[in-house]
Amino acid sequence: MSLVTAAAPLPEVLPAEGAAGAAWLLVALPALGALVLFVGGRRTDRWGHVLGVATVVASFVVAVVLFAGSLGLPEEERVRDLGIYDWIAVGALNVEFGLRIDPLSLTFALLITGVGSLIHIYSVGYMSHDPNRRKFFAQLNLFVAAMLVLVLGNGFVTLYLGWEGVGLASYLLIGFYTGRSSAGSAAKKAFLMNRVGDVGLALAIFLLFVELGTTQYAEVFARAGEISPGTLTAITLLLLLGACGKSGQFPLQAWLPDAMEGPTPVSALIHAATMVTAGVYLIARSNPLYNLAPVGQLVVTIIGAITLLIGAIIGCAYDDIKKVLAYSTVSQIGYMMLAVGLGPVGYAAALAHLLTHGFFKAGLFLGAGSVMHGMADETDMRRFGGLWRHMPVTFWTFTAGFLALIGFPFLSGFYTKDLIIEASLTAGPVAGWIFGIATLGAAGLTAFYMSRLMLMTFFGPERWKDLHPRRIDGADLEDPPEHYHPHESVASMTAPMVLLAIGSVGAGAFLVGGERLGHYLEASIGVPVEPHDLPAAFPVGLVPYFATLVMLIGAGLAYVLVGRREVPVERPQRVSLPVRAARADLFANTINEGVIARPGIWLSRALVYLDNRGVDGVVNGIAALLGGSSGRLRRTQTGFVRSYALTILGGSVVLVAALLVVGGAG
Amino acid sequence: MSALLLALLLVPLVGAAICGVMAHRENLDRAARAVGLGFSAVSLVLVAVVWSLFSTSPDTARFQGRISVEWIPAFGVSFALGLDGIALTMIALLSVLVPIVLVFAAADKLPPGRTGAGFTALMLTTQGILVGVFAATDVFLFYVLFEAMLIPMYFLIGRFGGPRRQYAAVKFFLYSFLGGLIMLASVIGLFVASEARYGQGTFDWTALQGMAAELPLSTQIWLFLGFFAAFAIKAPLVPFHTWLPDAGAEAPIAGSIILLGLLDKVGTFGFLRYALPLFPAASRELAPLVLTLAVIGVLYGALLAAAQTDLKRFVAYTSIAHFGFIALGIFAFSTQSIAGSALYMVNHGISTAMLFLVVGLLIRRGGTADMTAYGGVGRAAPLLAGMFLVAGLSTIALPGTNSFISEFLVLLGSFPRQPAFTVIATVGIVFAALYMLWVFQRTMTGPLRGTAVVGDGPGAASAATLGGHDSGSDTSDDSWMRRTTARFGDLTRGEVALLTPLVALILVLGFFPGPVLEVLDPTVAATLSEVGVTDPVTPNGVAR
Repeated sequence: MSLVTAAAPLPEVLPAEGAAGAAWLLVALPALGALVLFVGGRRTDRWGHVLGVATVVASFVVAVVLFAGSLGLPEEERVRDLGIYDWIAVGALNVEFGLRIDPLSLTFALLITGVGSLIHIYSVGYMSHDPNRRKFFAQLNLFVAAMLVLVLGNGFVTLYLGWEGVGLASYLLIGFYTGRSSAGSAAKKAFLMNRVGDVGLALAIFLLFVELGTTQYAEVFARAGEISPGTLTAITLLLLLGACGKSGQFPLQAWLPDAMEGPTPVSALIHAATMVTAGVYLIARSNPLYNLAPVGQLVVTIIGAITLLIGAIIGCAYDDIKKVLAYSTVSQIGYMMLAVGLGPVGYAAALAHLLTHGFFKAGLFLGAGSVMHGMADETDMRRFGGLWRHMPVTFWTFTAGFLALIGFPFLSGFYTKDLIIEASLTAGPVAGWIFGIATLGAAGLTAFYMSRLMLMTFFGPERWKDLHPRRIDGADLEDPPEHYHPHESVASMTAPMVLLAIGSVGAGAFLVGGERLGHYLEASIGVPVEPHDLPAAFPVGLVPYFATLVMLIGAGLAYVLVGRREVPVERPQRVSLPVRAARADLFANTINEGVIARPGIWLSRALVYLDNRGVDGVVNGIAALLGGSSGRLRRTQTGFVRSYALTILGGSVVLVAALLVVGGAG
Repeated sequence: MSALLLALLLVPLVGAAICGVMAHRENLDRAARAVGLGFSAVSLVLVAVVWSLFSTSPDTARFQGRISVEWIPAFGVSFALGLDGIALTMIALLSVLVPIVLVFAAADKLPPGRTGAGFTALMLTTQGILVGVFAATDVFLFYVLFEAMLIPMYFLIGRFGGPRRQYAAVKFFLYSFLGGLIMLASVIGLFVASEARYGQGTFDWTALQGMAAELPLSTQIWLFLGFFAAFAIKAPLVPFHTWLPDAGAEAPIAGSIILLGLLDKVGTFGFLRYALPLFPAASRELAPLVLTLAVIGVLYGALLAAAQTDLKRFVAYTSIAHFGFIALGIFAFSTQSIAGSALYMVNHGISTAMLFLVVGLLIRRGGTADMTAYGGVGRAAPLLAGMFLVAGLSTIALPGTNSFISEFLVLLGSFPRQPAFTVIATVGIVFAALYMLWVFQRTMTGPLRGTAVVGDGPGAASAATLGGHDSGSDTSDDSWMRRTTARFGDLTRGEVALLTPLVALILVLGFFPGPVLEVLDPTVAATLSEVGVTDPVTPNGVAR
């Protein structure tokens, strides 16, 4: 890596005062909401959703106040710690439970509570027929609280608390439709793969403790230079493992598409806009460590590049609207990962893309939810078609998100994705080419799979007309109607979609224009480096034109292959090898199954055999030998006990004698 | 405080005696249970008072509230009691769990010919003896009580247990008794060694600790191994564990809670109180051996737990994994790891009690401990499923629950000195999630089936097929078919009230472990200095 990282001095961490002293309210409000709804149980069924929405909106107001306060401060005073109490204090270890209020955490807090509020409001309508709506809001509030702990915590252990907390909320919400067996499996898979990542995060924390005797950000980052380069590389790689688990990055990506078993608002909030970007947050937050570990950075970049390609390729093959969006999320987070791995040239780009992606992907998922809501919970795009006439608001807001995602000029994704492509070109003489081609190529694939999704869902003949809706296995749904009756969703659902569509259109220009976001974040992630100032694989100025070109090629290809042909309602089985591979998630599940799951089950069974026949068998065998025959063991228990006790006594007398000799010698 | 300590020992024993007398009159059964509960409540109040009086100053690490009465002067044996931080937290855990367990057991169906009064008497006897075990400061007294506690537990399993209770009780007794006898040899060995050192033999813990540094390594190793045998069986380390799943599965739920939550802790408590301080050189020398067994236990217990189909055996195997963590922390010799292990002993008691209670409430409804007979319980009994999840999350040490603090401290504290063992044990957290979520998924989520099916509608028939598909047997069993149509309700108010204190402890100790850690700290520091090691990590990181 040819990245020159001028280790700029970190801004001093000041104690939080004034309005920032009330930052704990950010976490406390949704936590209280969750507590009341969980403990109150059925008694709160009637008004539970109102409380659930209110706490998150209130939290958003707090975030806005804090953000405004932070804007009013000079840049070097924007990093503040709010210590609350000593959580775990033993010997040299002192884990403080506290909040870090700085531009990075406030940016995330705004995203989480802002998009969170919209999705909570949307869910009121979306879940209105569900008898467990109150439980849904309890779990959603729990998620918001945990996610805020994750991004606001002032040390790695508080981060870990939020980290596993969002894992729990995600587990509960993926498995929300408890009637479906597949939901339970998907939830378990998500939690387990996340825990694999958590092992990495935990080990990184242990290493930091060994090296520095602390796990608080303020001290760790200030003293990062004391850690030996080898150890620092290990720490950054272990943190990356954690990030891969949470953010669905290669090789731990397989859980994210399965997570679509959860209700669609969950997919929008947790598995698109916020939780899955926690890995990007972790690496951006740990930038003082990564800036000193070039190998760690390079691996982050490579993982990002692999993932963004995998996601984009598989996204082209799925027919399930949510799964296409899920793989799109995998791919887009791959972009962010690649960018944070590039260091100061990529941090701001990654975070800008994270924010705009939060808007347009959340909007796309809510749109998909609206389609499902009107189509008897169907997710198979082969059974859609021509829906634009029947749900106009959904169609137009979805279109805004779609254009933003594929990087249509002057919409959000156009700005933020270009920033990442530009930064990737500066990765080095060879690496710049590789990463540049990967990011540009995946941009073309993105345009292809998203155009395919648009065409299959909203355009073409109305394939659902002659079909009967299917019963979704085991879910808490009423019996499906005889025919599909696509219709527009209620205002409480479309209003959030409209707001997110506005964000999808304008956020990119706003954040990137004048480098607003980059400058605001300086106190947290350092002064941004301009790709234009660095040697690049090919001129950075050409990127917008190339990106637009591949976008048009991808969209055009989709039109030729999908839009102009008839889409069969049944999935074609005779397909080429690449399509087959993509449909099989590029064999990720097969590999997991063959390498981990099956051997694990065999091992477990072998151990049971060993435990019964081996360990316990030896014990019972000895017992039988001592007591006489094994037959007597079973028949006459009293005799067995007596003789066994006698044997023990005899043995122990010998032992005592032996020890007396030893003791005497001593 | 001495008087209070003596009261802590005597109150349950007096209660046990009264219940024992009442056991002879059938019409007094309910009254006897109430009396027993009253005595356990008095113990709880007493322990709260002792806790508030307990000093956390480092000077009084060992011991507070000392009592010493000559018992067998010829051999220097005295009836000597005293408290340190670890003993106090264990007694506090005991005093919290016994009333809960007694209330729970009141609704249990007893085997024919057994009385609730008898059961209560046995529970309170166990409680009294356990107080003595934790508070003893005379090694011989400790040995006597160590063996004595087997007796009430033997009867609890053998009289009130499941179908294979006789086998389990005998196995439990013989294992523990064998370990105890080997320990006796070492206890006597200690006496002989003290005679050589002081001119007059003694069993006094403080005196024996005082000569620990001078004992030659070879002697220490022999004596250590004697204690180790007893403790490794008691807090079962693989491969000395096979009695535990049988005992845990066959004992009544209340007995299993006391057995796994407290009685087994005597093993890890023994490591901390006896093995480490009395044989410091041997402990350091043999640490790799114990650590190997500990880490094997973490993975072995978890993998076997994942393969169980009996709910109670499942809990027993998870405990084997947890005992591995505790042993790892003890023998990694750092302030964080030892404090983590001591705290782990408390937290494991709480989470295992919670898990066993929930399992017990499930078994009361379904009539079997066979997991495959349950499915989708969450739809019939959402509160029960929720409580199961809370217990499970505490068991897998999710941050925010009590167990996270202890598991984190054990791993973080063990890592600096024992990175290899710690990395392997850390992988165990994935296995923990695997076994717990798998069981939760199989029993609590998914379509309603098995014994959870309410009424005898069409669901019952499909439940039989589904259950049969999973278990591969039982479908032809007529009684099982009848159970599938049994009514299956959610937790009652009383049952929720019974679990509430444990849920509160799980959450409160997850966020505010400070008060317990403060009580443990001086004893942990004393233990570390007795072992003769210093912390590998200073507040500025590892000493370079």
